[in-house]
Amino acid sequence: MLIPRPLRILYHIGLVRGLVVGIIAMIAGMILTNIVRAAFGMDTMDLLLPLEALFGSTVWQARTNPDTATEVVTGMGAIFFTLGFLAGVGSLNDWFAWSIGRKGGDGHFHPKEGIPTWTRYFSFDTNHKVVGIQYGLTSILVLMVGGLFALIFRTELAQPGLQFLNNQQYNNYIGIHGLLMIAAVLLGVGALSNYLVPIMIGAQDMAFPRLNGFSYWIGVPAAILLLMALPMGGFDTGWTAYPPLSVRAPLGMQFVLLSIFILGFQSIVGSINLLVTIFMMRAPGMTWFRMPIFVWGVLAASLLQFTATQFFGLAFISVLIERWVNIPFYDPARGGNVTLYQHIFWFYSHPTVYIWVLPGLGVISEILPVFSRKPLFGYKPIALSSMAIAFMGYLVWAHHMFTSAMDPFLRLPFMLTTLTIAVPTGIKFFNWIGTLWGGKIHISTPMLFSLGAFILFLLGGLTGPPNGLVVTGIHLHDTHWVVAHFHITVFGGFLFSFLSAIYFWFPKMTGKMFNEFLGRVHFWFMFGGFATFALSLFRIGVLGMPRRYADYQSEWGFGSLNMLATIGAFFAGGSMLIFIFNMAFSARYGVKAAPNPWRSRSLEWQIASPVPEFNFSAIPEIVGHPYDYGLPGAVYAILSPEDQVAPLEDAYTPLDQPEAIGSGVAAVPVAGD
Amino acid sequence: MSTTALEPIVHHGTVVEHDGHHGGLIPIAPERQLQFNRLGMWLFIISETFLFAGILIMRIVLGRNEDGFTRPELSQSLGLLITSILLVSSFFVNRAEVAIKHNDRFQFNLSTFLAILLGLIFVGGVVYEWDEALNHFKPDGHIEGGLFFFMTGVHALHVITGVLFLLIVFFNGIRGHYSSKSHWGVESAALYWHFVDVVWVFFYVALYLIGTVPETVAH
Repeated sequence: MLIPRPLRILYHIGLVRGLVVGIIAMIAGMILTNIVRAAFGMDTMDLLLPLEALFGSTVWQARTNPDTATEVVTGMGAIFFTLGFLAGVGSLNDWFAWSIGRKGGDGHFHPKEGIPTWTRYFSFDTNHKVVGIQYGLTSILVLMVGGLFALIFRTELAQPGLQFLNNQQYNNYIGIHGLLMIAAVLLGVGALSNYLVPIMIGAQDMAFPRLNGFSYWIGVPAAILLLMALPMGGFDTGWTAYPPLSVRAPLGMQFVLLSIFILGFQSIVGSINLLVTIFMMRAPGMTWFRMPIFVWGVLAASLLQFTATQFFGLAFISVLIERWVNIPFYDPARGGNVTLYQHIFWFYSHPTVYIWVLPGLGVISEILPVFSRKPLFGYKPIALSSMAIAFMGYLVWAHHMFTSAMDPFLRLPFMLTTLTIAVPTGIKFFNWIGTLWGGKIHISTPMLFSLGAFILFLLGGLTGPPNGLVVTGIHLHDTHWVVAHFHITVFGGFLFSFLSAIYFWFPKMTGKMFNEFLGRVHFWFMFGGFATFALSLFRIGVLGMPRRYADYQSEWGFGSLNMLATIGAFFAGGSMLIFIFNMAFSARYGVKAAPNPWRSRSLEWQIASPVPEFNFSAIPEIVGHPYDYGLPGAVYAILSPEDQVAPLEDAYTPLDQPEAIGSGVAAVPVAGD
Repeated sequence: MSTTALEPIVHHGTVVEHDGHHGGLIPIAPERQLQFNRLGMWLFIISETFLFAGILIMRIVLGRNEDGFTRPELSQSLGLLITSILLVSSFFVNRAEVAIKHNDRFQFNLSTFLAILLGLIFVGGVVYEWDEALNHFKPDGHIEGGLFFFMTGVHALHVITGVLFLLIVFFNGIRGHYSSKSHWGVESAALYWHFVDVVWVFFYVALYLIGTVPETVAH
């Protein structure tokens, strides 16, 4: 063998290949753009300037006040980087082969000799479970980075006066925090839906496995470009990128615009894939109203995602075009309209919160019946309320704009649609209460997180109408009340249910059981910390502290509450370290888990853990309803005996063997269902 | 503590015969795969519709100014000409699709070639139109002119993508890669081409027909 083994392994890691090819393509693209610009007699960018600033003491002036040449050349560099990365990872190989008339690969994973199998998690892979885990790991990584930025500026806000950040840094950090978290949440939704949907509907993979791998990998250069925004001068607009400020913002702004535009491809392509999978690949007998409720949530979210995302792309790309070629979309002096941006932007950005929470609420609906040992109360209302929320989601966007230049008479219809959306959300809550009512409730980490999500999302829901009502909304607009409302809704609707889902499906993904004690510690730190943070922030907002301000005066009396919020945020953020330790440690050294430790009826729990490469050796047949817990004789599915695994004798099943939980955790007696 | 018998969650039994795919992927029948592809393509087109609808909304919102609802000063005959060229190209794309369904290779190759040619002429027409329009207004002048460059530019980008698709279809076609049974590549390229064509019908109306040209061109 001529090439040493470590180098061969490195070559077979798609991520490494993608980065190398991406950087080469980026340099080539920048030089090419310069040549083309020079050929048309336009000014060019000195490509050595950023390098000099990196290795020398010179300041790259164009970062903060970029000229058009710098913008276009670096922007084209970013686009070439993305294309090069995707080609280098190998996500385009088969499509390229098809387009030149070759056969291409078969799209499946084939282990190569001498290359360890863990490399597939860092390479282009078409298996939906690998893609799901890739999404999940990236999501948690981005979540941690985004959270770190939050803790930095939250510490700054703990006391009045500027301690260690200046205004520009503060603006950069709040913007990058918001966008990283949005990316993390979208990746998290991708993780859950990619891993679970095909197994839950009894399919062997997604409808378009290559597209699935591609849709993950296009998110990676997007995340890299997003992080590049900070060294490229940052951006002072916050995550919303409102013009005219975003048109004049530093160079970092265009990396944000490009990154989110590229991330939009991931959303659109991923959701189309999920829709086709759900429409076409359900197992025989799985009618619409026999689908697991999580799949309904993903269906509703995907319907929103594959349409509304186009508007996000349009909003951001129009700002980019205004920066590049100065078409005055958002310059009123030349006939532009700034309010138009807000309409286009919120037409996506309001529905996007439903894209996040609908799968999250689906997880809660999935977990409550398992740990209550009762049928899901009101399956059809819950399923259809997801669709109702998705439909209503299109009609409420302008409630973000009550204080904008929008015609005031529009406030009333948008107030009415906004308040109406509480109805389908309320339907979910009452049905969840109905599910818990009279059930044999087992408190385990996934259930704790689902109940926490329930409480937080309820608080988020109840603090929503004051924003939606015009009279109170105008007072609360752009205060910390809105920040608290948004965060409690997303923590309840997405983050807690995401964590709940990770704990719940961890034994399925790894075949190991996590540490229950650490899971509970994580929950209580996170729930306590976050509740402290959010409730303090509500109070600060009602007192009138505006959001996005780096500082406040001590006489205004926000100081102690801000300190409390910061302490809460640190508890919530720190608890994530416990989570990561628990997951990483348990995945390697954890106790072997039973195939179905929670005694769930869902399809994915009937097969082996970790799930075999193609899930089922024969497509199962669905003959009943998925949530008939405790109903004697109820049958959900008929599986091939090869897929249906017998419980392992020595395996850890917390619901059956409560004494096995051990160390300091309350035992969960199971008195028979 | 009595753990009574669990409810029978599943019955054991075999539904689908294995036919030798032990633990492997059960192949998806080509007709089934075609249904997946069609649905995926239509969903993609619905998604794109939102993009173009958004652009049309921008045109309608930004078209209203102190002179009423205005449109840029453009050559009507040139606009009509390139619109006709694009519509005729759609006819040839359809003809190509019908021909490959009947295994008529010569007609298929000829029609695809003509469609590509007409598509390229359309792009050339847009470039010529830009050159003409630059005499009257600039992209960085008033938004009305800017929107003209934006809308025709975004559309032309989609036309160029469509031409690339058709070129792939053409080169695979002359090497005999398609048959009456299997021509998803042709079908999807045709679908995309028709879509881009329909979008232009709306863009043509929005840019050339509705609104009035202001008396004094001060932009």
